[in-house]
Amino acid sequence: MAPIPPPPPALLMGSDLTLTRGGRTLFEALTVRLGAGEVLVVEGPNGAGKSSLLLTLAGVLHPDSGRVAGAEADAPHLHFLGYGAAVKTRLTVAENLAFWRTMYGPSGIDAAAALDRVGLAHTAELDAGVLSAGQTRRLGLARLLVSRRPVWLLDEPTASLDAAGSRLVAEMIDAHAAQGGGVVVATHEHLPLTANHRSLRLGAPQ
Amino acid sequence: MTDLASQPKPNWFSRLAHPGSFMAWSRPLVVPLAVATALLFVAGLYVGFFRAPLETENVGSTLPLLYIHVPNAWLSQFVYGAMFVAAFGTLVWRHPLADVAAKAAAPLGATFTVLALFTGSLWGRPTWGTFWEWDGRMTSTLILLFIYLGIIALWRAFEDQLKAARIVAIVTLVGGIDIPIIKFSVDWWNTLHQPASIITATGPRMAGSVFLPLLLMLLGFTLLFLTLHIVSMRTEILRRRVDSLSRQAAARGAA
Amino acid sequence: MSAILAIIGRDLRLAARLGGDALTLVLFFVMVGAVVPFAIGPDRVLLAQLAPGIVWIAAFLSMLLGLDRLFRADEDDGSLLLLRHAAIPLEAVVAAKLVAHWLLTALPLVVASPILAVLLAMDQATWVDTVLALLVGTPALTALGTIGAAVTVSLKRGGLLAPVLILPLCIPVLIFGVAAIGAPEGSNAAFLFLSAISLVSVAFCPFAAALALRVSGE
Repeated sequence: MAPIPPPPPALLMGSDLTLTRGGRTLFEALTVRLGAGEVLVVEGPNGAGKSSLLLTLAGVLHPDSGRVAGAEADAPHLHFLGYGAAVKTRLTVAENLAFWRTMYGPSGIDAAAALDRVGLAHTAELDAGVLSAGQTRRLGLARLLVSRRPVWLLDEPTASLDAAGSRLVAEMIDAHAAQGGGVVVATHEHLPLTANHRSLRLGAPQ
Repeated sequence: MTDLASQPKPNWFSRLAHPGSFMAWSRPLVVPLAVATALLFVAGLYVGFFRAPLETENVGSTLPLLYIHVPNAWLSQFVYGAMFVAAFGTLVWRHPLADVAAKAAAPLGATFTVLALFTGSLWGRPTWGTFWEWDGRMTSTLILLFIYLGIIALWRAFEDQLKAARIVAIVTLVGGIDIPIIKFSVDWWNTLHQPASIITATGPRMAGSVFLPLLLMLLGFTLLFLTLHIVSMRTEILRRRVDSLSRQAAARGAA
Repeated sequence: MSAILAIIGRDLRLAARLGGDALTLVLFFVMVGAVVPFAIGPDRVLLAQLAPGIVWIAAFLSMLLGLDRLFRADEDDGSLLLLRHAAIPLEAVVAAKLVAHWLLTALPLVVASPILAVLLAMDQATWVDTVLALLVGTPALTALGTIGAAVTVSLKRGGLLAPVLILPLCIPVLIFGVAAIGAPEGSNAAFLFLSAISLVSVAFCPFAAALALRVSGE
């Protein structure tokens, strides 16, 4: 695995973000700074705008004011893991992972090693449609490993995972931070993280 | 650190185009515009019916219909042009007033296009002997109507009007680029199947005495569009305010 | 480049494993052409005269009705969101989807066209012209279709809206597509116009469609 180049001052910078959805202000003048090796845990009740914040940081949602800047201006620099599994049920597990490895650039570990890491090695040649919800989620986690991106934006990564799965997520986040990556993770569960992390609490809807 | 894009320089245009100030400056305009429209209509129809000839050699006794048909045909294209400009405002500057302008213009444009087709076919009945002829201009106008109706349907399909505005703007721009191609292909197709066109490319030659009432009616209809457009933009802005107030009221009840 | 090939390969592989879709489309195409004689009578001379138009309309309808599938599956399972952060720009993703969709929806129609040629009493020269016109003209339909599919992708019931939006914009393709059939060799202006429209649409539409997909994600 190639070592991560010397970390820039901030991997991801969201300054003065305000987002209004359907007449409701989800967050106002919010500044999020993610440096190398940092983990930011976004907490809050359902509907508080955790997912919207992640999508804003991903550049998918356009904030009403403020701006988001990545370390490299336009280069694709992030992984997003959200509600949609982006798994084609009629392709095999290995084919699914190989597709995303090609799309995101084969800069991480190889697909077989990634499947092994998330505990899906025995399913590689099976149709992804036969995977359980938890296994499908693990396949999504494997996607983070096959292509190296400095920023991970994880929206409820432990959804439909058991305790062992939650530990896996926490270990992966710790490892990514230890290698100089940055992680923003939105969750309403406790993650057994060992790395230093900060919390950002989004309030109840107003 | 503030984003420059979120705080546009307060030049004269952005001051005028802010929805709040639009509501303020447009309010006293509505009545004078309506009066001017009515005066132009009266003058145009008076000159058209009492001062200019009612018949000419090549158009026959249907000449007065020209005073209604030509302005509507002009507006059917002019309104699309206005929507095209508004689409830039929506996509490039994300300007809320451009959204409102485009949304208010679409049904007006469709109406003028229907009127152009209707008067055109009334005019065509004695000229061509049939209500509908696959004449190049009539055909292009019909396709333009389809585009208008598709855009209106798209506006209505979205709940989120901000997203609708940007989506519709893309379709409006693509349509605007495609319209000249459609026009060219229809004209080409028309000459292929119907070498002897009844209306020449330069249009029916008209006497000078017809020109003045036609000009008055063109101005009158254009002012009519401006009046209706401002009124329906105001209605749309008010509707959006009511909508956002209701949402705020609902949110207060929940908290 | 490998990413573009990966998208095309994935879409083709998915279609091959699901099977039904392309076949249903071909069936629809043949059926539309085959019901026309019931409407206008089995007069072979008349049918032969109308055949190019009928084949084009059948292809037109089949392709418009197939539009909704362009981005729908990728939108539903979240792939489209992830493709926005791929190593290639979204415009290239759309272009790759365009090629895959054309291979899956237009090429089968060309392959099935001999059936309609026989049913509609087309002579061989006309059929060859028709195949050429379809091959050159259908990329424009797919390209404009990407815009229709992209602007309606966030609508749950966008199925009929995309064809209604795109149909008027496709009329030049129909006009030149039909006119290109049976025109004298060497002076076929319609064929040149058709090629020009296809080239321009294929070059331009991915940008408009990618913009629409970005807006739809908001």
